[in-house]
Amino acid sequence: MNSEPAVTRSGQPGSAALEISGLCKSFRAVKALDGVGMTLRYGRVTALLGDNGAGKSTLVKCISGVYAPDAGTVRVNGVEHAVSSPEAARALGIETVHQTLAVIDPLDVVENLFLNREHTRGGRLGARLGVLDKKRMRRESEEILSRLDIRIPSLRRPLDALSGGQRQAVAIGRAVAWGQQIVLLDEPAAALGVEQAARVLELIRGLRDSGVAVLLITHNMDRVTSVCDRAIVLRQGRKTAEVDVGEVTKDDLVAYITGARTDDPAQ
Amino acid sequence: MNQELRAAVLLPSGARARIAGWKQGVELRHYVVYAAAALIFLLFVVFLRDDGFLTSSNLINIGRQSAPIAVMAVGMSFALASSEIDLSVGSVAALSSLVAAEVVGGHGFVAGTVAALAVGASIGLVNGFITVKVRIPSFLVTLGMLGIVSGIARNMNNLQSLPIRNDAFREVFGSGSVGPVSSLLVWTAVVGLLGHLALHQLRWGRHVLSVGSDRSAAKALGINADRVRISALVVSAAAASFAGVLLAGRLAIGRHDLGENLLLTVIAAVVIGGTNLFGGRASVAGAVAGSVVMAMLNNGLILMGLRVSDQLIARGVIIILAVSLSMREQKES
Repeated sequence: MNSEPAVTRSGQPGSAALEISGLCKSFRAVKALDGVGMTLRYGRVTALLGDNGAGKSTLVKCISGVYAPDAGTVRVNGVEHAVSSPEAARALGIETVHQTLAVIDPLDVVENLFLNREHTRGGRLGARLGVLDKKRMRRESEEILSRLDIRIPSLRRPLDALSGGQRQAVAIGRAVAWGQQIVLLDEPAAALGVEQAARVLELIRGLRDSGVAVLLITHNMDRVTSVCDRAIVLRQGRKTAEVDVGEVTKDDLVAYITGARTDDPAQ
Repeated sequence: MNQELRAAVLLPSGARARIAGWKQGVELRHYVVYAAAALIFLLFVVFLRDDGFLTSSNLINIGRQSAPIAVMAVGMSFALASSEIDLSVGSVAALSSLVAAEVVGGHGFVAGTVAALAVGASIGLVNGFITVKVRIPSFLVTLGMLGIVSGIARNMNNLQSLPIRNDAFREVFGSGSVGPVSSLLVWTAVVGLLGHLALHQLRWGRHVLSVGSDRSAAKALGINADRVRISALVVSAAAASFAGVLLAGRLAIGRHDLGENLLLTVIAAVVIGGTNLFGGRASVAGAVAGSVVMAMLNNGLILMGLRVSDQLIARGVIIILAVSLSMREQKES
C-alpha cells in the first residue's frame, strides 16, 4: 500500500533481477520441477517454453509464492528470499498474471486493479479499519488504463460483464501497474483475438523498455521470436535448453520443446 | 434511446458516466425482494383486512418481530458472501439470551450485553478455526455447533425461562423507543447500516466477496483467505448473539429456545434479498428487506388462523418458492 502504482525503477538493463537455482517441486510421486535454474534480467523478456505438463506453471507458482518449492533458492537483486506467500512475492516487486487470471468476477474493474492494494482514507484509523478511498482508486485506475492504452467501457462494470479480452487486459494491467521489478505472464494472450494479442505484445515491449524483467509463458513461437530475448525450455520438469532467441529458428525451438533436440549437459 | 440522448446532451460527462455505470450495475435480482415485499404486503392488506393486518399495532409488531431476524440476516450475509454458512445462529441467539439474562441480573446492563456478545463471538471463532484449520466444510462444523450450543443452553437453566428485571436492558433492547420509533427498529437500522458500510466501504468487505467468489484467486493476490473466512463466521455468530439480546429484551426473559427456530427464516431472508448462497455476492439492504418479508409472512399466516402445524407447512412451501425464484434470477443475471 505504500508503493505507487507506477512502473518505476529497477536495476540496470541486463543485470540480474531474479536468479533461481536447483528449484524442485513434487506433487506426491510426480516431480513437477527437478532442479531448475534460470536468471531473469532487467529490461529483458525471457520466454519459458515447454509442452503441457512440462512444469512451466509450477515454476511460475513457485516464484510467485503460490507453491512452496521443496528445494532450491530464489534470489531477487542478488539477495536470497523465501517467497513463502503471494504477499511476499508482491512485496518483492514480483507480479504475476496467472493462467486463470485471478480476477474476481463480482468485483468491478477498479476493485480488481486494487485488490489487496487498496488505498484507504481517514488517516491512521481509516487505514486500520480499511476505509476505502474509492475516488483515489478510481482516478488512478483511469490513469493506469490510459497509460497502458487499455480500453474498458466502464470501470464500474463487474468483471463477469466484460469480454474475455477485457478480463485479460485487466489482469495484465494489474500486473503491469504494480510490477515494479519482475512480471511473470502465464499464457497472457491465450484466449485473445489477433488484435488484442498484438496489444498484449505491445504491453510486454513497454514493460521491457521501462526496465522490467519479464517472464513469458506461451505456446506461440511467433510471440517468442517477436518479443523475447532469451528462451528457456522445460521438459518433464527439467531445463533442457536455454538459448538466445536471435540465434535459433522457430523450428529449433519446437524441436527443443518436443525433445527432438536437447542442449542441457546434465541430460 | 431517447432518454440516453437527452442525458448525453444535458448532463456533464461525469454524471453521464455515473448514469452509465449505474445502469450497468442494476440487475433485476436487487429489486426482487422489494417487489416481493410490496406484493405480499398488498395481498395481506386485501385478504386480511378483517383480521387486523393493517392496524398500526400489527404493523409495529411486524417491525419488532423482524428485528432479530434482520440482525441475524446481516451477519449471515457475510458468512454466505465468504462462501461459508453458519447453521448455529439460532442456538447462538438462544444461548446469548440466557447469558444476557444471567449476567444482567448480577452485574448489570452493560456487562450482560458484553458477555452475551463475547459468548457469540467466541463460538464464531471456534466455528471459523475448525472450518479453516481442520478443513471441514462450515455447514458441518456449524451443524455440530448447533447441537452443542443448544445442549448447553438447555443445561443452563434446566429448560426454565430466566426473567430479566433490569429496566435499562428491557428499555434499550425491547420496549423502549427513540421518539416514535421502537428501539428494536433503531437497532435494526444501526446493524444494517454498519453491515452495509462494512460490505461496501471497507477493505474487509471486498475481501470477503473475493474469497467467497474465487478463493484461489484471492489467495494468489495475497489475501489471507483463512483470516477472512474466520472473521466472516465471527461476524455471523456475533450478530446472532446480538439478535439473542434483542429477543431477550423484547420478551424480558432468557430462554433455551429463543430464536432457535429462526435459522431457515434467516437464510431465506438473506437469499431472497439477493445474496448468493454460494458466495461472492451479498446485499445487506436486501437481507434487511428480506427479513421484513419473512416477518410479514409469519404474521400473516398467524392472522389467517392457521394452526401451528399448518403454519410450518405453509412457511416451508413459501420459503422454497421464494428462494428458488430469487436463485433463478441470480443464475440468469
